[in-house]
Amino acid sequence: MIDIFKSLLTVALGIGIFLGVLFGLYWLASQLKEPWRDRARVAVFVGPALLLLIGGLIIPSIWTGRLSLYRGTKPDKWYGLGNFRDLFTNTDNLLVLRNTVWWVILVTTFATIIGITIARFADRMRGEPIAKALIFLPTAISLVGAGVIWNFVYATKGNNPDKQYGLLTWLWLKLDPILPGKQEAHYWLQDREFFGIKSSFLPGTNTIFMIIVIIWIQAGFATVVISAAMKGVPDDLVEAAKIDGATDRQAFFRIVLPYVKGTIITVATTTLIAVLKVFDIVQTMGKGGQFETNTLANDMYTKSFPLQQPGYGAALAVILFIAVVPIVIVNAKNQRAMKEGS
Amino acid sequence: MADIALTPVLTGAEIVPLDRTKRSTKIAKAVSGRRGRSLVWLIAALWTVPTFGLFLSSFRHEQEIKTSGWWNWFTNPSFTLDNYKGVLDNKVGGKPFSAFFWNSVKITVPGAVIPIVVAAFAAYAFSWMKFKGRDAIFVGVVALLVVPLQMCLIPLLKFFNSDFFPDSANGVPAIWLAHSIFAMPLAIFLLKNFIGSLPREVIEAARVDGASHMTIFTRLVLPLSVPALASIGIFQFLWVWNDLLVAKVFGGGAKNQPMTFAMVDMVGSKGNEWQLLTAGAFVMMIVPLIVFLSLQRYFVRGLLAGSVKG
Repeated sequence: MIDIFKSLLTVALGIGIFLGVLFGLYWLASQLKEPWRDRARVAVFVGPALLLLIGGLIIPSIWTGRLSLYRGTKPDKWYGLGNFRDLFTNTDNLLVLRNTVWWVILVTTFATIIGITIARFADRMRGEPIAKALIFLPTAISLVGAGVIWNFVYATKGNNPDKQYGLLTWLWLKLDPILPGKQEAHYWLQDREFFGIKSSFLPGTNTIFMIIVIIWIQAGFATVVISAAMKGVPDDLVEAAKIDGATDRQAFFRIVLPYVKGTIITVATTTLIAVLKVFDIVQTMGKGGQFETNTLANDMYTKSFPLQQPGYGAALAVILFIAVVPIVIVNAKNQRAMKEGS
Repeated sequence: MADIALTPVLTGAEIVPLDRTKRSTKIAKAVSGRRGRSLVWLIAALWTVPTFGLFLSSFRHEQEIKTSGWWNWFTNPSFTLDNYKGVLDNKVGGKPFSAFFWNSVKITVPGAVIPIVVAAFAAYAFSWMKFKGRDAIFVGVVALLVVPLQMCLIPLLKFFNSDFFPDSANGVPAIWLAHSIFAMPLAIFLLKNFIGSLPREVIEAARVDGASHMTIFTRLVLPLSVPALASIGIFQFLWVWNDLLVAKVFGGGAKNQPMTFAMVDMVGSKGNEWQLLTAGAFVMMIVPLIVFLSLQRYFVRGLLAGSVKG
């Protein structure tokens, strides 16, 4: 009970003080004489937002840029571009980049393709809203929750198939008579080889199984957005093509798909940005990046805070920023083009 | 069929059957794609099974969860709420899990309300107040959409730990502030689009009648903007509720952490105690699921709006 009370009190106090200060400032501004009164009122309206943006985004970003040139725990030792050199030469760090690239490629591709597929076949089908809601549901769940759900699917306990509670391992062991070779209990999330292939270019099995989780989350978003766009394709266009003898498939690939191209680009770029920042899943499923599951955003956290190497962490943040900027610009241009087109 | 098509369409009533025939041919067309339909249902089932399995497991006895798969429930059903009782009392960092639920509440509500209010004020100013460099500043705000929050974590934490920031505001208020900062560019951008497109005559008429900016804002603009505020507010609410990174960086110790933190901690220290993890995951997901199921329309809109963020 005390927890509830304290929690609600904090909420009330936080919002109350915030609103009190905001309206108090406006009242003070109104006591001034013209022309100061008008200026002060404007300042009360935009001031808080600008303060947050300048103090919270602009100055820290510049500061991070500067930090990336230093090393040490403070960091106070000048290191030039050393952090970036380490990032692209050290084996452990290259592993982080390798994983991140695979994350980006696989999630963006599969989530988008699954979204297009469902949007196409579910269109006007009976039970369409239910099917789409089921696929969309994981979007609402936190990434940590998703990690727990899939940890359970991948869980392994001993070698006896009847004692398994992880769905995947159970299926794997049950399929032993059918599949070639001997299927043994496998700790999926600790397997750093790519399904038995040892290569420094390929991601581990564990990373692949984590990637599946994000595909599971992102596919719903892709479906809903692409589906909405497909419903906007004029029926006349499709019907005209059909009258001219086009098959369903031809009409889809030649008419519908090009028509929603802009939306597909938006979905892909949005997914891409989300994947670049993947952190929670690696924390929940990869024990914070162990077993060679580390990713850029996870490493940024680990190096900056628990490991106390803010210089290197800042360099990773800068890389993330450099990677995101062109994608956001493509996305913005594409969205503007769509607006003008419609 | 031909009769209907030949009947001159004179009244609205007659348009309906015409329309209906048109739609029925479309349904027929869709039905023909049986393989596609099966594929959709197959994916929908695949997408639901993991969550469903966890949900079912959370009501099974500890011994059953640990020795047999949840699919055995169908041949051997059982029901218990012990797991939920167990997890709510389970200590993480010296605090019961239930305390983390209330931490999530106290982080999330102001963490959603404060940025939306600040952004709404700014959006109003950018739309309806006159000041020097207004449009240029707004372009600058939108440009900040490209900054990933990772760019700001280290300096912000240094600031929160420095003498310039009051110690008493560390912990939860620091998390509010961080979330407000990161929400700002997108929230201002979206709200400006909405508030700026309100009818000019209405706002100007109120000005002529001598209403102050504050009156117009609170009595006119806010009520008219409810749909936009709801969409962005829900999106921000879920974003904060589901967040792990910001809380982990700025929250300090376990005292001020949300449920996501407690969950990750439990996965790390009690990874095989599935009677706790299954129930805990559902306690954590219940709020987003309720929001999703009851406010789907706003949820989708907020999510679409979020797709421009860097």
